[in-house]
Amino acid sequence: MTETSKQAVQTTGHAWDGDLQEYNNPLPKWWVWTFYATCVFALVYWVLYPAWPVGKGFTTGLKEITYKTSGGQEVTTHWNTRALLAEDIQTGAEGVKQREYLEKITSSSYEEILSDPDKMAFVRSMGKVMFADNCAACHGSGGNGVMGLYPNLVDDAWLWGGDINDVYTTISQGRNGYMPSFAETFNDEQASDVAAYVLSLSGIEGDETSIKRGDVIFNGQEGGCYYCHTHQGTGMKSVGSANLTDKIWTIANVPGAETYKDKQAAIKSVIMNGVSRQMPVWHDRLPDSTIKLLTVYVYSLGGGE
Amino acid sequence: MSETEHLYQERIPIFPRSVKGRFRSLKWGVLFLAYGVYFLLPWLRWERPVGPNQAIIFDLEGRLFHVFGLTVHPQDIFWLAGFLMLAALLLFFVTTVAGRIFCGYFCFQTLWTDVYILIERLVQGERPARIRLSKQPWNAEKLRKLGLTHLLWLLVAFVTGLTFVLYWGNAPELIVAFFSGQAPFPAYATTFFLTATTYVMAGLAREQVCIYMCPYGRFQTVMFDKDTLIISYDKERGEGSEGRHKIAKGFKTQDERKANGAGDCIDCGYCVQVCPTGIDIRNGLQVGCIQCALCVDACDNIMDGLGWERGLVGYKSERELEGGKTHFFKWKSIGYGVAIGIVLALTVWSMLNQSTFDLHVRKIRQPLYVTLSSGEIQNSYELKLNNKTNHDVTMRLEAHGLNDAVADFGRFEEIVIKPEKTLRIVARVKMTPAPGMPKQQDFTFRAVPVGQDDIQPIDSPARFFIP
Repeated sequence: MTETSKQAVQTTGHAWDGDLQEYNNPLPKWWVWTFYATCVFALVYWVLYPAWPVGKGFTTGLKEITYKTSGGQEVTTHWNTRALLAEDIQTGAEGVKQREYLEKITSSSYEEILSDPDKMAFVRSMGKVMFADNCAACHGSGGNGVMGLYPNLVDDAWLWGGDINDVYTTISQGRNGYMPSFAETFNDEQASDVAAYVLSLSGIEGDETSIKRGDVIFNGQEGGCYYCHTHQGTGMKSVGSANLTDKIWTIANVPGAETYKDKQAAIKSVIMNGVSRQMPVWHDRLPDSTIKLLTVYVYSLGGGE
Repeated sequence: MSETEHLYQERIPIFPRSVKGRFRSLKWGVLFLAYGVYFLLPWLRWERPVGPNQAIIFDLEGRLFHVFGLTVHPQDIFWLAGFLMLAALLLFFVTTVAGRIFCGYFCFQTLWTDVYILIERLVQGERPARIRLSKQPWNAEKLRKLGLTHLLWLLVAFVTGLTFVLYWGNAPELIVAFFSGQAPFPAYATTFFLTATTYVMAGLAREQVCIYMCPYGRFQTVMFDKDTLIISYDKERGEGSEGRHKIAKGFKTQDERKANGAGDCIDCGYCVQVCPTGIDIRNGLQVGCIQCALCVDACDNIMDGLGWERGLVGYKSERELEGGKTHFFKWKSIGYGVAIGIVLALTVWSMLNQSTFDLHVRKIRQPLYVTLSSGEIQNSYELKLNNKTNHDVTMRLEAHGLNDAVADFGRFEEIVIKPEKTLRIVARVKMTPAPGMPKQQDFTFRAVPVGQDDIQPIDSPARFFIP
C-alpha cells in the first residue's frame, strides 16, 4: 500500500485484499445543498398543490380558488390553472378595468358612444378581438367578406340596412338571405337577357334589344324580379334584396370578370342557381353588451349608411 | 476535509485601518453628497399642472418619466442613448486625465463599501481588534459584535433597496403601502433583490467586485498613458540604493539613512493596512488599485510625523515619476472632450426641441381599399394623436395632396385631446379613380391646432391605394 500524496484524490480509508481502495469524490457542497433545498420545496409543494395520483383521483392540495361560472354560480375548487384563469378574468385588475369600460358602453346610447373618442377607442380595441373570435371566420378579420359567400362590411352597401339599429338587429336576430332559382322559369336566352338588363342597371351597356327583352321579363309577370328588387332595381332592406344599380356586387363576381360575356355569365349563374345565405342568430350566444360592442364596431368599419 | 488543489485562490480577509487626511475628507464629502441626493430625492416635491407632484418619478404604468421640469415620453428613448454615451465618454475622459478616480470616489461599490467598513469599525473596533475578533473562537462577544454588524449592514441594504423603489411611485403613498403589505409585488421583489445584492456586494464580496467582476476595472488600462495621473510610490525616493528600512539605530534622520543607502520609506506598512482592496501600492500600478488615495493620506501622516516632505505616495503620472512634466492637453483628452461636447449639444438640442404633439398615421391594410356603391374607392387609416403638453389641445384634422378626395373623420373632425393622452381615430378617405391614375398616391394628413399658439400644424404622410 502506497502512501497517498496530498495532491491525489482521497480514498475512503478502507483497504480490501491488502491494496484495493475506494476513491472518495464527494459532490460539491453547493450542489448537495441545492438538492436538499429542492427536496424541501417539493414537500411544501405536495401539501399545497395537486401532486400525487391516488387511485382514479389525485391529491388536491390545500390551496383553493373561488370563482364564478358563466351561470353565475360560485365554485370553490382545488388549485388549478383553469380556475386560476377564470378567477383572474373575474377579479384581476385588467378584468375589472375591462368590465368597467364595458359597463360604460352598455349604459351609453349609440349617439354618445360614436361621439366619444375614448369609448370609440375601447370599442375598436375590444371589438377587434370579439370580431376576430366570432365574426372573422366568415367575414374575414378585416371585415371585407368573401365574394359570393359573405358580405363585405367595410363598404357602404347594407343589404339589411346600415342604420346602427339595423346592424344591431342583424347581429342579434340573424338574417336569412334568399333568392329563388330561376332554372325552371327561364330558358338560357331569357336568363341572358335578364343578366344584360341587370348589368345595364349599373351602367354596363350591352346589346340593346337583349336589354329591352330583359327589362320586360324583370319588370313583368314572367320574371317578377321587381317584387324584391323593385322596378328601379334598388332592392329592399326589408327582405335583404340587393341594390342592382350600384357598383357593388356581393354574389356575382362582376368586377372580377374581364369581358362582358363573363360578367353576363356570372349574373346568369346567380339567376339560374339562386342564393341562400344565412347570418346566424347571436343573442343566445353572446351577452347583449358584446353584441352592442360589435354593433358599433361593425358600424364603424365602413361608417354605416 | 480533502486536501485537493483549489482552482481559485481563497479570499484573504481584509481589515482596512481607518485613516484621516485630505483625501479621506474629500471622500466623506462625496459620500455625504451622494447619499443625500440618492436617499432624499424621492421625497422632493414638485408642482406640475398635470401629473404627480414628485420631483423625480418614473411612472411605468403611465409610461412617463418626470424629471423635475422635464417629461420624458417613451419615444424619447434615444435621450437615454445620449446619456449613456455621455456617461461613457465622461468616464473615458476622466480616466485618461486622472486615472480611476471614478472608482475611488464615485463608484457606488466604493461608496457603499466605505459605509459598510465604517459600520464594521464602529461596532467591532479598529483593525487589530477586528483581526482578533475574527480569529477568536465563537463566543457571546463575537456573536454579538458580528451579529450587530451584519444586522446594520442589512438595514443599510434594505433602506438602499427601498429608496430605489420609491423612485418608481409616489414615495409617501408607496412607503405606507409597502409596510402595510399593499404595494405591488415588483416593489417587494426589487427591494429584496437590491437588499440582497447590496449586502452581498458591499458586505461580503467587496474588493472582489472591483478585481474580478467589474468590466471597467479590466479595460480602463487601455485609456491610460504616460500622462495619466495614478497613485504612485516614488520608488527612487523611498528605496534609495539599498531598499526601504525601518526606523532603527543609524536610520533615524534622512541624512543618516542616505548615508547608509536607505530611502525615505520606513516600511511601516500603514499604506497597506488602510488599503480597502488589500494591495501594496509600493509594488507599482496594479489592477487592484481603485485609486481611492487612502494610502496617500496614510503616508502623508507618517511623513508629517517624521517632519519629512510629503508625497512619497501621491498622484503622479508616469512621466512625472521619470522627472518630466504631466501634460493634461493631449490628443486623447482633447478628443474625448470634443466628443463629450458634441453628444451633450445634440442631447440638449433634442430636449429643447422636444415635440409637443405627435401625429402618426397607420394605413388599415385589411382590406387595402374598398369599392363603394357610387364606384368611389375608399381607404381607411388609423390616426394616432398624442398630446404631450400639460393642457388640453383642440385639433382640426385635414387631408391634403389628393385631388378631390374627401376625408371623413367620423365625428372627430375637430377633437380635444387631454394632456398627456393619446387618442386613436379612424379616418376614411374616398375618391373617384380617374383612368390612368397611379395605383399608389402619397398624401398627408394634417392636424391643425385650434386657438393654440404654442403648437405648429403637424403633417404625417399616408398613401392611397386604388385597384
